[in-house]
Amino acid sequence: MSAEVEIPYAVKPHPVTGLFNGKFGIWLFLASEVMLFGALFSTYVLLRVGAEVWPHGYSLLNVPLATLNTFVLILSSVTMVMAWASLKMDDFRKFRLNLGATVLLAFVFLIVKAFEYGAKFEHHIHPATNTFYAIYFTLTGLHGLHVIGGILVNLYLLLPGSAMWRTEPERFTNRIECAGLYWHFVDLVWIFLFPVLYLL
Amino acid sequence: MDEQHHEHHHEHHHEPGFWRKYVFSVDHKVIGIQYSLTSLLFLFFGFSLMMMMRWQLAYPGQPLPWIGRLFGEANMPEGVMVPEFYNQLGAMHGTIMVFLGVVPLAVGGFGNYVLPLQIGAPDMAFPRINMASYWFLFVGGVVMLASFFLPGGAAQSGWTSYSPLANIAPVGQTAWLIGMIFLITSSLLGSINFIVTTVQLRVKGLSFFKLPFFVWAQFVTSFLLLLAFPPLEAAGVLQLMDRVAGTSFFLPSGLVVTGQPLEVSGGGNPLLWQHLFWFLAHPEVYVLILPALGIVAEVIANNTRKPLWGYRTMVYSLIFLGFMSFVVWAHHMFMTGMGTAMSTFFQATTMIISVPSVIILTALAISLWGASIRFTVPMHFALAFIPMFAIGGLTGLPLGLTASDLHLHDTYYVIGHFHYVVAPGTIFALFAGIYYWFPKVTGRMMNEKLGKLHFWLSLIFMNGVFMPMLFIGMAGVSRRLYDQTGYAHGAAVQDLTVLGSWSAWLLAVAQIPFIVNFLMSMRKREKVRSDNPWEATTLEWATPTPPPHGNFLTAPQVYRGPYEYSVPGRTADFWPQHLPEEAESPQPRPATT
Repeated sequence: MSAEVEIPYAVKPHPVTGLFNGKFGIWLFLASEVMLFGALFSTYVLLRVGAEVWPHGYSLLNVPLATLNTFVLILSSVTMVMAWASLKMDDFRKFRLNLGATVLLAFVFLIVKAFEYGAKFEHHIHPATNTFYAIYFTLTGLHGLHVIGGILVNLYLLLPGSAMWRTEPERFTNRIECAGLYWHFVDLVWIFLFPVLYLL
Repeated sequence: MDEQHHEHHHEHHHEPGFWRKYVFSVDHKVIGIQYSLTSLLFLFFGFSLMMMMRWQLAYPGQPLPWIGRLFGEANMPEGVMVPEFYNQLGAMHGTIMVFLGVVPLAVGGFGNYVLPLQIGAPDMAFPRINMASYWFLFVGGVVMLASFFLPGGAAQSGWTSYSPLANIAPVGQTAWLIGMIFLITSSLLGSINFIVTTVQLRVKGLSFFKLPFFVWAQFVTSFLLLLAFPPLEAAGVLQLMDRVAGTSFFLPSGLVVTGQPLEVSGGGNPLLWQHLFWFLAHPEVYVLILPALGIVAEVIANNTRKPLWGYRTMVYSLIFLGFMSFVVWAHHMFMTGMGTAMSTFFQATTMIISVPSVIILTALAISLWGASIRFTVPMHFALAFIPMFAIGGLTGLPLGLTASDLHLHDTYYVIGHFHYVVAPGTIFALFAGIYYWFPKVTGRMMNEKLGKLHFWLSLIFMNGVFMPMLFIGMAGVSRRLYDQTGYAHGAAVQDLTVLGSWSAWLLAVAQIPFIVNFLMSMRKREKVRSDNPWEATTLEWATPTPPPHGNFLTAPQVYRGPYEYSVPGRTADFWPQHLPEEAESPQPRPATT
């Protein structure tokens, strides 16, 4: 796209806000995501308050697997930060290792989740079973879609996208930072989902 | 891509091909034009749906002349509309006018084209995301149109898609939900772009309180879009789950449909849909009106040749309005039995939110005081906007008070009220914007005579459509009736309905001068003699006409506020924002087309 004009603060931070455009954009995107999940959590609260009986999550769902998954996601957040930090320290090899680990851990999360879903389907438990499972499948399903989105972005940045490191290292580091912010958010949503669905 | 960019740094940019330049363009101006043309077409389409409904309302049970048989035996046997088809037209009229007509034109069209110019930016902060946002809208629009051809037709549960009715509607409702998810994604991407652009890309010297009011309006609107749309997306996902996966988010236990108990788990809450929907849809009302206020403010300042009266107060009101719009949603739900404490709270917030709206409108009206007004075509529309929007706003008060809402809720009064806000209100402002910025976009002026004809006819027939609705509503006629003559109170006001229908059809005729003017002026009309034909002060007029890719020949710098008109001691009655102090009156520079 040779016809592209140069946009100010696409790479360098703005002197007043201290943010480059992409970082500002991703924060706004996350604000909207907070509203999305906020609405769904409100739905959970409203349905539970309005229900005559509401099961305890720990009596129906697999808490040990979900605990494992919580640690997997937290670990992937750590490797995500380390990927960004490696670029800041100019160590591309370490960056690849860490981002690769992040993607791998995300896959582990999804596989564990798939086992959990599978076990429910085997027992003929579906979203239509009752309102508890409806909100459980909806919330975890939407979160799962966010995980898949994160995997796609990170895979792109790990493989074809990383060519940018040689031409525009600062811009590439910025991209990893934005992807990281998103990934921490996905992690954070799970940290709310886990106690709300599994423990309460 | 970027290596290429470096290589060609010193050469001229390659001229992009047709597809890149006009279809998959990343230039905010091309995208703005794409948005505008798409939404104008959708406005026309949405209006056509309504014109068909008006036939059924005025002459219930009579075959629609000439074209009635074109719609198929299922929809219009013998040219007579069946109730299900009437409901489809009504639901899709609302959806298309709001989400594919007015908002894309006001925000996607005017916002995209004008905002970067007014802040002196070369483009939006994220040009490719900007392109994506248009194409999401496009796909959403195609899904909506295609849904008419599904078995059972398009969505037919009103534009509000209340559950549980929408849960049990034919498959068109699923298409509606999918279409909405595309439209929501589109405005989400757009709003992020607008906010980042406004904060990060203002040129040197353009502090927040030197921004034109239009930019402020778009800025606040973007926050509403950013934060209010996701809850609707959540609601859409939940209703989609209800319809596709068989969940019962919005279905209570023991629901009986046409005598049969519904085979669902139950335990859901139909009011939940209304809360989530109106949490979006009330801020959405302000999304419809704020950009319009922005356009009107620009046109009024330019044509009164005076600074806007109370610019800062207007801006503060705008911000306050934005905040308050998130805490008034349940005034749409007084009749749902959600409880008096809730109703009282939302009644109070609703009364509070009317204050900043009145402040802005009053400031605009006072801006006219003592001015020697230029009665240009855009000014006609802007001037009419003030009383029309005022009628819309004031007729809203009885709906915001729980006692009077009991009688007026869900009657034609509501329709009359919000159409006064959106049709002779916002749409007039949008027409003002089209006539005002047309010379910048095309380099040609629009025809005055046709413009004024368009204005006067539209003004008369708009009122002919919507004024009767207020009375029909007060007579108690429900807004969703397929044939009101079946009821004594409806039959008594049928004459008013006929008047409204004829006004609507004549309103369509009144748009012919506009369409002719719009198309003719693009090719035939005289070219503008200067880059600043209206002698305006804001930055968009400092660009060549039409602005090239990258907008400004050299990055401008801003020295003063947006509306320095008739400054004492200066020879010219306008003092553009980008002229340095020492430069005397701007020379009327020939247009650099």
